[in-house]
Amino acid sequence: MADTTANAANTPDVEQPWADLGLKEDEYQRIREILGRRPTAAELAMYSVMWSEHCSYKSSKVHLRKFGDLPKTTPRGELLAGIGENAGVLDIGNGWAVTFKIESHNHPSYVEPHQGAATGVGGIVRDILAMGARPVGVMDSLRFGPLDLPDTQRVLPGVVAGVGTYGNCLGLPNIGGEAFFDPTYSGNPLVNALGVGVLKHEDLHLAHASGTGNKVVLYGATTGGDGIGGVSVLASETFDADGPAKRPSVQVGDPFMEKLLIECTLELFAAGVVTGIQDLGGAGLSCATSELASAGDGGMHIELDRTPLRDSSLSPEEILMSESQERMMAVVEPGRVDEFMEICAKWDVEATVIGEVTDGDRLVIDWHGETVVDVPPRTVAHDGPVYERPYARPEWIDKVNADAAEDLARDALPLREQVLRVMGAPNVADRTWITEQYDRYVLGDTVLARPESAGMIRVDEDGLGVALSVDCNGRIAYLNPYLGAQHALAQAYRCVAATGAEPVAVSDCLNFGSPEDPSAMWQFVEAILGLVDGCRELGTPVTGGNVSFYNQTGETAIVPTPTVGVLGVIDDVATRVSSKLPDVGHELWLLGESRDELSGSVWADVVHDGHLGGMPPKVDLEAEKRLVALMSEAHGLVASARPLVEGGLVRAAVESAIIAGRGVEIEQQGEPVAWWFGESSARLLVGVDPAVAAEWNAACEKHEVPAVRVGTVLDGTQVRLGDMEFSLEELSGTWRAPIPAAMES
Amino acid sequence: MSGRVGVVTFPGSLDDRDALRAVEQCGFAPVPLWHGSDTIDDVDAVILPGGFSYGDYLRAGALARFSPLMADIIKRAEAGMPVLGICNGFQVLCESHLLPGALTRNAHRRFRCRDERLLVESVDTVWSNAFTDGQEINIVLKNGEGNYVADAETLMVLEAERRVVFRYLENPNGSMNDIAGITNERGNVVGLMPHPEHNVDPLVAPSTDGRGFFASLTNFLSRVAA
Amino acid sequence: MPRIIVDVMPKPEILDPQGKAITGVLEKLGHTGLSVRQGKRFEIEVDQITDARLDEVRKAASEVLANEVIENFTVRVEEAQ
Repeated sequence: MADTTANAANTPDVEQPWADLGLKEDEYQRIREILGRRPTAAELAMYSVMWSEHCSYKSSKVHLRKFGDLPKTTPRGELLAGIGENAGVLDIGNGWAVTFKIESHNHPSYVEPHQGAATGVGGIVRDILAMGARPVGVMDSLRFGPLDLPDTQRVLPGVVAGVGTYGNCLGLPNIGGEAFFDPTYSGNPLVNALGVGVLKHEDLHLAHASGTGNKVVLYGATTGGDGIGGVSVLASETFDADGPAKRPSVQVGDPFMEKLLIECTLELFAAGVVTGIQDLGGAGLSCATSELASAGDGGMHIELDRTPLRDSSLSPEEILMSESQERMMAVVEPGRVDEFMEICAKWDVEATVIGEVTDGDRLVIDWHGETVVDVPPRTVAHDGPVYERPYARPEWIDKVNADAAEDLARDALPLREQVLRVMGAPNVADRTWITEQYDRYVLGDTVLARPESAGMIRVDEDGLGVALSVDCNGRIAYLNPYLGAQHALAQAYRCVAATGAEPVAVSDCLNFGSPEDPSAMWQFVEAILGLVDGCRELGTPVTGGNVSFYNQTGETAIVPTPTVGVLGVIDDVATRVSSKLPDVGHELWLLGESRDELSGSVWADVVHDGHLGGMPPKVDLEAEKRLVALMSEAHGLVASARPLVEGGLVRAAVESAIIAGRGVEIEQQGEPVAWWFGESSARLLVGVDPAVAAEWNAACEKHEVPAVRVGTVLDGTQVRLGDMEFSLEELSGTWRAPIPAAMES
Repeated sequence: MSGRVGVVTFPGSLDDRDALRAVEQCGFAPVPLWHGSDTIDDVDAVILPGGFSYGDYLRAGALARFSPLMADIIKRAEAGMPVLGICNGFQVLCESHLLPGALTRNAHRRFRCRDERLLVESVDTVWSNAFTDGQEINIVLKNGEGNYVADAETLMVLEAERRVVFRYLENPNGSMNDIAGITNERGNVVGLMPHPEHNVDPLVAPSTDGRGFFASLTNFLSRVAA
Repeated sequence: MPRIIVDVMPKPEILDPQGKAITGVLEKLGHTGLSVRQGKRFEIEVDQITDARLDEVRKAASEVLANEVIENFTVRVEEAQ
């Protein structure tokens, strides 16, 4: 028999498993105060899952508010929807808007890499869809343990196949992303998925349930026992080193169903039959009903037993917590329900009216005629606990900062050998083994994709387009989380600008260790401050994001990983700039200031046995802005542009040569190690036709961007770096080998 | 307009819009066709596009074959109407027995998306007559189940009758005899794993070799009209 | 309800990449000499087992469940529990 509200009122002293559901005693007491009685089993399930770290942001909320202080405008206009909605929406001109967001699916991807990653992609795509947008692309930002670790050889192929299978089956091009290796990710891989969608301004949909009498429709897949408690258990607790026993059930994705759901939902929008909409992700029906109801102007009444089930033995609380994938909830006017059902039938999508919007302000859920939930929806969805977690700058950081890589021996190996080490470093090596598993062509609008430094998608036939890059170097963030977050921001900003697009907005995914550890909490707080200050200076608002805590194995937290996605707008995609080396005879120019900066670099990692110490390279956002101004105005003068990132000048030059299959010659200017491997920010390597070199130089001077001619594109396949000679084949072999070799061993 | 070209949308089709766009960019009238219809009406040719029809459940292409529209397409294809099956469409054609053989899981068991170099081995088909014999073309490939298999006798017949239309220069998936695409005896039905519809617009494609498929169709239709 | 079982296997001459991969993993785990081929099993519930039903299932297997270009199938009645 179900635990009804009447039963709860009559049996106040029943012992309840609040602790097993992840609630603290004071949180449980607060629920009792809100309700004026003990919660029913179903209510306890709802509160526990909605008040979990993953859903309530209880440890991060006080800090995330700082993003709200940033101006709500982009260089292109107003934000149409911001933080708090399923995803941020911004105006890009011509009546078009774009929505994008990054979300983590880290812990599920460790438990079951393929399904964990796949459902991560599915979730972000439904977020985009719920805004009224047609999803048009995905990206993936991945973190793994060392490449040669057996567990990485389990996790990486599974994650990549999961991201690939799901995105490929949905028909969404994967236009870029990153894969980064570090020992701290070995028990805790990160899977951050980015989704982007486009819509006309008038098609914007928001998640709210209003209009008394309107019907609440659940449509899509049936509800089963997937990931019950997944949200609170998976996201809030660290894995025991010894514990497959604690592994909860994982969600299994059905991309074919999601593809039908996308087409069906877009047709529902077009028919104008949707008043409010919400996707079902983490916390399933608990989240969808409470969020829709609390964002509306009334209450909601649900008859839970109407939910189509895959497993008839599920209890009401299990149905409320189920994280079965590929489900959506819509609010529909009674007179439009038939039309709604017809469209669903056309797409073979099951749809069921499970309730309606009511007068008043309660969310009431019945189970076979008896009330099992009767709560103020806001208390579930938004009034969860808020913690001011203690944070403190860790003592070890001074020691780490003092151990500068600039002081390391620069002649430990012959320079030529150092070049090969850096080009074959896991964090530099070719990602084709991964990206080849993703369809980058579907939809026919992919203008740029991997191995370019940013992805670019055409939005309309007039050539309007968006560019996206997602970046983070956790090693740099470990040295200084404030500057590390700014480096992530600056790098994504620069990668977008290199294509000729104007960077306009930011979405983030903040991956950190336990918020209960003051050091990890300090890293988190610092990273947010860095991002807020950086975004203010660059004039790019944060449109939304996601926080993932408890990324640690035992006492070892991951290096702080504030992943930043930057979106840019380009008026005519035909003018985009590729990072491939241009034709023979073109000059190569290095833009920006090069300093003696090696701490946190790939060079320190692979030439000095994993060295990680010192202070990050200088962040110079003014210089980044000048680069953007220069590229926005003068990208028509450049034939190629590659941002300098991990691996410095040598990587930028060699990669663009390998991709183009052309030789190159680069002079050495100054001390060799800093010149080839230094990772100073705000730099681009651009290819310029000698015929326009004077004009180009004038543009650089006008925008006060230091520019120096460093080389030329060669006829043939020789690569000359200062006095060093390589064949393209040798470098290409070194660069291409590491990932296939590790994965196919 | 030099003809009406239909593109079928099955549940789970993905490259249907891309194919319609390519059809239009190559000068034909694009006609969207829904799998649930009974007939294809007045189109001059049909494209079965790429994707994962019915999620590729059971076997790739196996369930789409039973769509109401396919019965009509099979009938008209046997009567000579031009049909091009791309990727999943090729799988549907094999499952429908309009083309011999079958497409199985890639030998390395991974999905693979890359720009593929192909050799044109037969110009005696509706969809390849604008190429030259032995021409090398570059067409987008993207699939998880593109590994062409057939029994020895079928392979022998295909080779003897010059019905292997496209061959891989670097076999990406283990296909027998490096087969990328084949045709039926009459040369009106062609299936291939690579995606010519993605190689039409130079802005989003590494080559525009896909236009040759449509130029071939134009040649064929004008010959029929003449 | 009585059940009819249809087993579908890749033909012996057809490469079975999944079976091959499983064989490889088993070998790594020390189970040598086990050569795996992977197929599919369909369980079909019917009211009653009759010869007509079995023929119908054979027809369905040949038309839909198996692709006889690359797969063989067998049809049998599930043993009583």
